[in-house]
Amino acid sequence: MSYVIPGENGDWEVVIGLEVHAQIISKSKLFSGAATTFGSEPNTQVSLVDAAMPGMLPVINEECIEQAVRTGLGLKAEINLTSVFDRKNYFYADLPQGYQISQLYHPIVGEGTVTLDLDDGSTRDVGIERLHMEQDAGKSVHDLDPKRSFIDLNRSGTALMEIVSRPDLRSPEDVGAYLRKLRSILRYLGTCDGNMDEGSMRCDVNVSVRPVGETDLRNRAEVKNVNSVRFAMQAVEIEARRQIGIYDDGGDVAQETRLFDSVKSETRSMRSKEFAHDYRYFPDPDLLPLVLTQDFVDAIEAELPELPDARKQRYMSDFGLSAYDAGVLVAERETAAYYEIVAGGHDPKLAANWVITNLFAVLKDKGVSISDSPVSAKELSGLLDLITDDTISGRIAKDVFEVMVETGKDAASIVEEKGLKQITDGGAIEAAIDQIIADNPDQVAQYQGGNEKIAGWFVGQVMKATQGKANPGMVNKMLADKLKG
Amino acid sequence: MSDLTNLTIAEARDGLDAGDFSAVELTEKHIAAMEAARGLNAFITETPELALERAGQSDERRAAGKTAGSMDGIPVAVKDLFCTEGVLTTAASHILDGFTPPYESTVTQNLRDSGAVMLGKTNLDEFAMGSANITSHYGNVINPWKGDAGKDLVPGGSSGGSAAAVAARMALGAIGTDTGGSIRQPASFCGVVGMKPTYGRCSRWGTVAFASSLDQAGPMTRTVRDAAIMLGSMAGHDAKDSTSAPEGVPDFEAALSGDIRGLKVGIPNEYRIEGLSPEIDALWTQGVEWLKSAGAEIVDVSLPNTEHALPVYYIIAPAEASANLARYDGLRYGLRVPGDSLDEMYANTRSEGFGDEVVRRILIGTYVLSAGFYDAYYMKAQRVRRLISENFKKAFDDVDVLLTPTAPSAAFAIGEKMDDPIAMYMNDVFTVPASLAGLPGISVPSGLSSDGLPLGLQLIGKAFDEETVLRAAGVLETAADFKAMLNGEGS
Repeated sequence: MSYVIPGENGDWEVVIGLEVHAQIISKSKLFSGAATTFGSEPNTQVSLVDAAMPGMLPVINEECIEQAVRTGLGLKAEINLTSVFDRKNYFYADLPQGYQISQLYHPIVGEGTVTLDLDDGSTRDVGIERLHMEQDAGKSVHDLDPKRSFIDLNRSGTALMEIVSRPDLRSPEDVGAYLRKLRSILRYLGTCDGNMDEGSMRCDVNVSVRPVGETDLRNRAEVKNVNSVRFAMQAVEIEARRQIGIYDDGGDVAQETRLFDSVKSETRSMRSKEFAHDYRYFPDPDLLPLVLTQDFVDAIEAELPELPDARKQRYMSDFGLSAYDAGVLVAERETAAYYEIVAGGHDPKLAANWVITNLFAVLKDKGVSISDSPVSAKELSGLLDLITDDTISGRIAKDVFEVMVETGKDAASIVEEKGLKQITDGGAIEAAIDQIIADNPDQVAQYQGGNEKIAGWFVGQVMKATQGKANPGMVNKMLADKLKG
Repeated sequence: MSDLTNLTIAEARDGLDAGDFSAVELTEKHIAAMEAARGLNAFITETPELALERAGQSDERRAAGKTAGSMDGIPVAVKDLFCTEGVLTTAASHILDGFTPPYESTVTQNLRDSGAVMLGKTNLDEFAMGSANITSHYGNVINPWKGDAGKDLVPGGSSGGSAAAVAARMALGAIGTDTGGSIRQPASFCGVVGMKPTYGRCSRWGTVAFASSLDQAGPMTRTVRDAAIMLGSMAGHDAKDSTSAPEGVPDFEAALSGDIRGLKVGIPNEYRIEGLSPEIDALWTQGVEWLKSAGAEIVDVSLPNTEHALPVYYIIAPAEASANLARYDGLRYGLRVPGDSLDEMYANTRSEGFGDEVVRRILIGTYVLSAGFYDAYYMKAQRVRRLISENFKKAFDDVDVLLTPTAPSAAFAIGEKMDDPIAMYMNDVFTVPASLAGLPGISVPSGLSSDGLPLGLQLIGKAFDEETVLRAAGVLETAADFKAMLNGEGS
């Protein structure tokens, strides 16, 4: 089902491309030795270079180059062995140099691909146009004083990767899937932490619309200030509807930059024409062209971790998981790592079920991430040990799991303390069955009269009598034998 | 010992080593000379206390039997474009009012490490933009040489204060910077030696940037030998400057063998520009003869793109400057002129802070980089720049050095050429091509004009072959026997 928006004179298709700014994980900034820790006191992570003192010069940080190349390889993209840094000139209070060092003409990474995992389990490839490195600006703080603004240069000069997609996305769902997948790849690679709420991953959304069937691209709006996956999805829909409204009214959509306002649920024009920036890009004469050797790239490629797509394939082929389950488990590196511990020595499907159904419910309920899970992977694995060796039944396991979540104790001691160990002693089960048969002659008669559905009721009674501890397999078999007389 | 200010660096070094005088004595004489010659306005900031302190430390080192390096105890002047720790650094601009850097440029640090004693910060054209040292916020510098009837002359620029300080015996040597001729042309005007080394030979870290792909520090001295000594202590690879060359620093002084037999000296046809003054032409011919009689082989060479060098320079240098000077916004240091909005503050600060020539170049640079003009100006200029480099490379297949005039005229009077920026830009016509190609060039005082004013000849060498340039310069210097005496003063 493709996503279309009905207009007055027909259906419209939405064409979307994303520019994602991902802060590179590195100990120091792109062109200076200053540290990059988030949340530090204002202006404590600023070198002379970051403050653009007279005579200061940028020196490229090799760690950032490695991270950009690593990311390029993770996006299955071509690595350009020669790239060039350019100056993008504009004045702003949090841009001390008066220009941002970026890569316009010769980016470090060329065309690549991101594979989307869609909700129905299918996949779709989205083209990556390029990835380039650039400096981040500082921060302007406008709300501390009625007249003055404050500047925090901690972020000034921090390394960013701008990852530009092709206009291959067609719906808000595509946008969500793309952002989640890109974030997943970056996290697997360890090149960006992907925290949109801390601003270490930000995106600009390019949106245009066209009547279904039209192949040319129409004017697009670049929507800025979109700082969550949800907002990005909302912004697409809101902006697409705005543009369709303009076309329906016989107007033309302007190619412009717009700002997303999540409170008012609208986008609005950011700059009027007279403020249109001419960035006057030119190659930064303080930096030589960045020339990499193939060996350098190969060495990084050799050390690449298993990425989500490969891991998903492995889960499907080796573990027999469905595409959906595999996709869910690999989406976050931490989830996959958690899952693999739980699956160790157990039925991988059982493990998948426990993680996706039971664990995720708890995490959602508590609003925590898997790294802060109240039950560790090892502890959940311990619970699965007890299921696997028939110490407890799956039903009891759910109760045990609840206690684990509440108390933080391990499964074995909870089972021990509460005496939840499964009854596999045939005599004890038989005694319980006999008692129930003796107490319920009417139901026995119904069963023997052909109502075999009532067998379930008997099972329930036996489980109740044994506080759920009887081995369900044994109960089923022995009940059937007894009832049939 | 009033002659202490007349010594060369080499002589002073020997005298200090021999204990004939102390670094403090040497420094005191120069401080006195600076005071006596304040009328030339060669210094923006004098640092006598600092100089005496460092001279004292130098004497202590020598007394203890060790010297820091080849410049130990030598009083020098520093162009006020180099950031100096704890000492006001202005770039001769109002916009850097009160700026005292907490750091020391690599070049001045290298000099300090080799024991040099800084006397003060010399005047220059604002942000090194000018060829007459008339654009300084701190007033123009006056050439110690006098024109007809004692008329005041310009010292050249932009390192006019450094050239004047060395010529007027206020310092044994000085450092300048050269972007399109800013060391060589004032050296020629003031009758001193000025060398721009290969781009990348000296670190640019801590030097206020004018045009990053062209700026290069170099020595200004009274002899070629002194230039060799001083360059040796300034140069060297610096990891803090990505464009600094990872080259070792040769013993430049050792290159001065005085022997240029068999050396191939190229004479570029295209430097015989239309209207070249006959006396410059004659001096050039004389230079050729001197080198020939010293055993050099003279070869005519062609640098066909020479005529494009000046226009290319006046696109590339302002383009880079327009971005380099964007950081002077009134926010973090220097002048701030308030306004009702950020944009207004920028406009007020930069309008008041920058002088006319700087504004002119920012405007030119902004224009040539702007959308729609970038390809026609900047990109084209870069292509022509490459052609100019290739022309030199080809010429150097056949020759070892090139000999040309340094400047098209002797020093002119203050007030001349002021109304016509293009005429002013013509001062750099012979120095700009080597700058664009990043090649080492030296100006050697070689004779006097009919008015009795110094004229320089320029030698240009292959990249990182300063040794050959210095060797040839040494021979030229000996042959010219330029006594570097000031006319009006006759000292």
